[in-house]
Amino acid sequence: MVIVGELINTSRKSISEAVDNKDARVIQQIALEQVEAGAHYIDVNCGNKVFNELENMRWLVNTIQEAVKVPLCIDSPNPQALEAGLELVKYGTPMINSITDEGPRFDAVIPLVQKYKAKIVALCMDDRGMPDTAADRMRVVKSLYAKLTAAGVKDDDIYFDPLVKPVSSVGTAGVEVLETIRLIKEQYPGVHFMCGLSNVSYGLPNRQYLNRLFVSQTMAAGMDGYILNPTDKGMMGLIYAAKTLLGQDEYCMGYIKAHRKGFYEK
Amino acid sequence: MSDFKKVAEAVFEGDPESVQSLTQQLIDGGAAPMDIVNNGLLAGMDIVAPKFKAGEMFIPEVMMSAKALAEGMKLVKPLLSTADSAGMATFLMGTVKGDLHDIGKNLVVMILESGGFNVVDLGVDISPEQFVEAVKEHKPQIVGMCALLTTTMMAMKETIDALAAAGLRDSVKILVGGAPLYPEFAEKIGADGYCVDAVACKEMATALVAKH
Repeated sequence: MVIVGELINTSRKSISEAVDNKDARVIQQIALEQVEAGAHYIDVNCGNKVFNELENMRWLVNTIQEAVKVPLCIDSPNPQALEAGLELVKYGTPMINSITDEGPRFDAVIPLVQKYKAKIVALCMDDRGMPDTAADRMRVVKSLYAKLTAAGVKDDDIYFDPLVKPVSSVGTAGVEVLETIRLIKEQYPGVHFMCGLSNVSYGLPNRQYLNRLFVSQTMAAGMDGYILNPTDKGMMGLIYAAKTLLGQDEYCMGYIKAHRKGFYEK
Repeated sequence: MSDFKKVAEAVFEGDPESVQSLTQQLIDGGAAPMDIVNNGLLAGMDIVAPKFKAGEMFIPEVMMSAKALAEGMKLVKPLLSTADSAGMATFLMGTVKGDLHDIGKNLVVMILESGGFNVVDLGVDISPEQFVEAVKEHKPQIVGMCALLTTTMMAMKETIDALAAAGLRDSVKILVGGAPLYPEFAEKIGADGYCVDAVACKEMATALVAKH
């Protein structure tokens, strides 16, 4: 299970302000909290600062690495911003979020994956648009898998994101993702998964219930990576518990440890 | 309860069958088509919009209300005089070039239609040239652009610049929206307004048209 901490994203107001004011303390504090809460990677996203994304990306990567020694997930649809961040990553194997099967985007990102030997989040979308069904997604998965492996990327470094849409607008959005995970596991057993899933509950009340249930449902289907807020104890506690029930927690040690760390306190 | 109010109530409840039969009853009873639209169908949506904005109603309910309203509109629209229809402002809507997101845009289209706008939905991945052509063709009062990716936000600026180059910028008001956007961005690229959600878009569009 790989957890990517999602909190350093300039679409969040507090982060946006900290980046504008170059307030390193705020950024470092949030990086540290996420690592202490169990994040394996720290996501870095300043994509909505379109007028100076590169400069902000460099500052964020350097600032975060002064506080924590974990690998980073460099997150941008802009290949120049990805490279600006990747150049500065010091610890472990970086992750790139993300590549798609859209012609120009694939061609621009794949050299970065090769150059930095990075792990790559591969989004199930192509030039034909946003997928609705599992079959739509599998068409993209098949194409992306062929292209990525042909470019020398190892199965173990590929993280498919099944692209979660809101059930409030697309009623079958949840079940199609579950089916996609099952099919990927069956056809490409060596690859991994990564997704942000709070999108599933967009537009509905009590979102945390839907989000948590969807984590346990996707985990049961084989999902092994999430971009989420690791300081959400309810969510992290549920993930530890789900691992235990799925036989991924020897002697239930992870679950017991989570209990001692206070993950299940009311 | 007045018959108009019953229609409004059925729209609010998201009950297409009732809206249909109640609207038909009003038509058969000789009510003016424009009154059915304003005091019945749109009045129902006027209950929905603020409740959605306040977080008391949710997207699927809004979609049901819009569907119910559409059923009523189907019956009334053929009866509207050309003068009635001409009074409706035209709103041109599209997701910008390079961006394939449509869920949010479709919701905005639905809310605008239920707000009395004549909406021309261009779809997704619409280039600046396509926007320019569509403005020439449909002569809208308002152009709405949607972008969900940080890489496609700048396509909004390109579109605004293209409209300016074509001499059309001042003939329309431009509203922008989408998850990665923020008000300062809208201002910086020369848009007339930033819409945080579908209801905000309807409200801003209504205000802009009223000022016109």
